Amino acid sequence: MAVPIGSSPTSGAAAAPAAAAMSGDAAASNRSGTSAGAGRRRGSNLGIGEHRGVHVALGLLAWLVAVVFFFPILWVVLSSFKDELTAVGDPTLTFDASLGRYREVTETTPGILSFGRAFSTSAFVVLVSTAIVLIMAIPAAYALAIRPVRKWRDVLLFFISTKFLPMVASILPLYILAKEFNLLGTRTVLVILYTAMNLPLAVWMLRSFFQEVPRELIEAAEIDGAGLRGQLTSVILPIAVPGIAATALLCMIFAWNEYFFALQLNSAGNQTIPIWVTTNISEKENFLAKLSAASVIASLPVVVAGWVAQKRMIRGLAMGAIK
Amino acid sequence: MAEVKRNSVFHQPWRRRLPLLPALIFTVLVTQVPFLMSIWYSLTNWKIVPPTPRTFVGLENYTKLFSDTEKFFREAAVVTVTMTVSAVLISLVLGTLFAVLLDRKFFGQGFVRTLLITPFLLMPVVAGLIWKLQMFNALYGVLNWFIGLFGADPIEFVGQHPTASIVTVLVWQWTPFMMLIMLAGLQSQPTDVLEAAKVDGASAWGVFRQLTLRHLRPYYELGMLLGTIYIVQAFDHVAVMTGGGPGSTNIPFFVYKRSIGGGWLFGRASAYSIVVVLAALVIANLSLRLVSGLLEGEDVV
Repeated sequence: MAVPIGSSPTSGAAAAPAAAAMSGDAAASNRSGTSAGAGRRRGSNLGIGEHRGVHVALGLLAWLVAVVFFFPILWVVLSSFKDELTAVGDPTLTFDASLGRYREVTETTPGILSFGRAFSTSAFVVLVSTAIVLIMAIPAAYALAIRPVRKWRDVLLFFISTKFLPMVASILPLYILAKEFNLLGTRTVLVILYTAMNLPLAVWMLRSFFQEVPRELIEAAEIDGAGLRGQLTSVILPIAVPGIAATALLCMIFAWNEYFFALQLNSAGNQTIPIWVTTNISEKENFLAKLSAASVIASLPVVVAGWVAQKRMIRGLAMGAIK
Repeated sequence: MAEVKRNSVFHQPWRRRLPLLPALIFTVLVTQVPFLMSIWYSLTNWKIVPPTPRTFVGLENYTKLFSDTEKFFREAAVVTVTMTVSAVLISLVLGTLFAVLLDRKFFGQGFVRTLLITPFLLMPVVAGLIWKLQMFNALYGVLNWFIGLFGADPIEFVGQHPTASIVTVLVWQWTPFMMLIMLAGLQSQPTDVLEAAKVDGASAWGVFRQLTLRHLRPYYELGMLLGTIYIVQAFDHVAVMTGGGPGSTNIPFFVYKRSIGGGWLFGRASAYSIVVVLAALVIANLSLRLVSGLLEGEDVV
């Protein structure tokens, strides 16, 4: 065996409880106050050298900061229930709330990009590209974490360094290639680009999650004659499932929110949700309430997914570099 | 016996590399091939409007970058640096402060964290539009209504301070991200060391400065690295907020404008993008060297 066991504090024997704690975190993370003791290690409520008054004041400050940060979003949600005139009037909390704007923006008008079409394009592109990312990233992460190839560090740095190539620097050749292969305005071109966009991040994150899988289990499977596929399906994937889910979610968020490629390469048809949002801007009439409703619908899937997986996503990102 | 054989096959280099290849080949094809094409384009004179045959001009596009007619490129470079540095640093500082606030038990802690991370999850297009139309707007923006309560005249924020407005939105979206990374750092601190310092009578500030900040170093390096990667490429915010209006065109938007966004100077635009890539590579190299110390693990013997 080339790789000694227990090289980092979290690998080896400690990993199984860590994985268990992670799934516990996820369940308890949302809105439940503290995180079930798994992520928290402080014994007492008070920090070091802290007085009760200071403690309460800092808690209030945290609330204040959160309310200020969340305010623009709250404002848009309120606007989305107003009518157009109220939305551009003085701020008020007393208005007749209605779902009318939501109906208007999701209605289909011939000749104009409809919500349904944009949604199905976005969903297709996001799901397919994320699936391809995982299919390629999981074996790659195996080759970087569990049976590292020579110079695995360089390979990992190559992956992450491609994220430094500004997208705008490659848009011109990509546009020309897409035109050459008759892919302009298709879903395929977005699937390819979103896969390339998310693959480095996925490899980076998955590698860190795979490192947490106890070596003994993998070796046992290997002695039982399991090949790459057997090791992945019987040992690694079951343990790393929370990490893989977090990775997939982050890929979906970035793909769902992507605007630049969608705008440049897909102006013909098959537009995605971010483009649909901008079609609700009008030169002729008041549009704030409608735009707000569109913004809320467009953001909701990703925001809810992010809320649910917040702790795991960040563990993945942070550990990707630090463990 | 068969098992041993299988094992030894598995240790052969190609057997090891095989799982890596699909991802590696795909990444090379989709990211490096366009880059090589860009290099070739940048050495040619290639205009689409009016259509002119592509001719090889050597380094002319590059030398022109430093001529007076291209001062807009240099302006865009300054905007990019200003935007990136200020957005990354401000969101890092705010994110660290928020993380310290959240790394304590108080009523509604999880809910407060959920509220705080939400801006990061929003579509950049939506975030830019919210701020431009509903916060900053001179007629019906909430910010102007608010300062109006104190008798101030409305300010056309985006028109008068385009870069600062965009930086505000970038900070709003990236502070939660920095906060989450710093929170991961704070929660990974060994408690026994902190307890020991407490027993030794260290002040809270002393503990924070001497232990916590040192422990957090890899985390803020990571935050800076990831933040820079994404913010240096900011296109969506610029496109929906100012459309590259005066003083807010950063390099991504500038290259877009000069090429498929209406300029159609493919040769020149490619030269811009190559310069951007070179600059990005220098930054990447420096920062990756900084963080590569974090990539623990063993090499294959």
